[in-house]
Amino acid sequence: MSKSNDSIQKIITVALALCIVCSVIVSAAAVLLKPVQVQNRTLNLKENILRAAGMLSTSPTKQEIEEKFATITPKLVDLDTGMYVEPSAAGYSSIEAFDQQRVSQNPDYSKSLSSGEDIAGIKRREKYAKVYIVKDGADISRVIIPVRGYGLWSTLYGFLALKGDGDTVVGLGFYQHGETPGLGGEVDNPNWKGQWPGKEVYDEQGDPAVKLAKGGVNPSSPDAKYSVDALAGATLTSRGVENLMKYWLGEEGFKNYLDRVRSGEAGNV
Amino acid sequence: MSEATPKKVLLEPIFSNNPIALQILGICSALAVTTSLQLSIVMGLAVVFVTAFSSFSVALIRSHIPSSIRIIVQMTIIASLVIVVDQVLKAYAYEVSKQLSVFVGLIITNCIVMGRAEAFAMQNGPVLSFLDGVGNGAGYATILVLVAFVRELFGAGKLFGVEVLPAVANGGWYQPNGLLLLPPSAFFIIGLIIWALRSWKKEQVEEAEYKMSAHKVKEAF
Repeated sequence: MSKSNDSIQKIITVALALCIVCSVIVSAAAVLLKPVQVQNRTLNLKENILRAAGMLSTSPTKQEIEEKFATITPKLVDLDTGMYVEPSAAGYSSIEAFDQQRVSQNPDYSKSLSSGEDIAGIKRREKYAKVYIVKDGADISRVIIPVRGYGLWSTLYGFLALKGDGDTVVGLGFYQHGETPGLGGEVDNPNWKGQWPGKEVYDEQGDPAVKLAKGGVNPSSPDAKYSVDALAGATLTSRGVENLMKYWLGEEGFKNYLDRVRSGEAGNV
Repeated sequence: MSEATPKKVLLEPIFSNNPIALQILGICSALAVTTSLQLSIVMGLAVVFVTAFSSFSVALIRSHIPSSIRIIVQMTIIASLVIVVDQVLKAYAYEVSKQLSVFVGLIITNCIVMGRAEAFAMQNGPVLSFLDGVGNGAGYATILVLVAFVRELFGAGKLFGVEVLPAVANGGWYQPNGLLLLPPSAFFIIGLIIWALRSWKKEQVEEAEYKMSAHKVKEAF
């Protein structure tokens, strides 16, 4: 290597040129591939919604996902009143375009949470949320609500599917998180997820009662019907899941709406 | 390697100078992604791609890289390539990319990639470096696939996700070995591969650092 290579000028030139070339390559890849990636993500989202509702076979085709997804109805809910609203209330022209993640960051359509309220660690809560309902005649047979909350490293995003009674769990699944693989990442484990169906989320007083029991659920305890096993070796992720369930099922979350589902009012759409 | 010929740089890393089995590099990801054959093959291809093109690019500009910032230059090239691979996987192999999760990103820290850029591409021409990158990537991929074959077959009774040994849980006769699905099992398998490889190619056996002397002193009794 010649001496001139180590002059300051040369170093800066090489560094700059390299940065420009590399950034062009990286951004070109990101921009060109974005449409395909978005398509994949949307399909994955649909698959997760259907999977939470237990409506999919083990390895569904793209067509099956689209077909099944067409049978469920997306609706916007005002979280404070539990009433349905039109997408225009949130500034969107159609329900498909509604982007909950973006709405939760928009000060016009969300509120910031004090640390006492913010048990799920989400900082801001949107006024409107998108729910998915499966109808059986005039009644709602299943309702799928989005939930999210902070675990150990990351916010977990998922869907909780409940029966038409607004209380019995059909399924729970997280589609995006960054928890430790093998520990907190076990929220994706089918065996763990398999404990959720059939559990009840509200106690007799109508308060959210979901619990992740450390050391496993004691079947003889009165709380057993509200409890699933905590994740082994992942105390903070387990706590995060418990808190996010409490939050989204509470007054601040979907409680008002789920009350209306239970009374049958929400079925009239 | 005494003299670098295209054939030699391409084929030697596969068995004679394997990055995992002889140089013991890149073990971390070899433990993590070898639970299924499909994942290992995709991961292997990604590493082949990254090593080949990073070596190629480094060799191309090697006479202009100031030695004081050469490591950063290599890392930048490698990191850019890894991001491109990650983006492509997210677009065209979404399921696989979700399962590989952080391990694609971690190719950046894979010692093989950096090692080839620093040790080979800085001294050799672009074409030769490219082949060297392919060879080393393929050496890595070979071990990955071998490990994954054993782990998936005996750990889950499947190959490429298709059931080969019907598991007890599904009414078959095979009791899957759960250990093989956990990362430590890859250590055992890599160890056995190294043993097999060194029995076959004796020149890979390292000289012992010390020798046990024979028992000379007569002890009591």
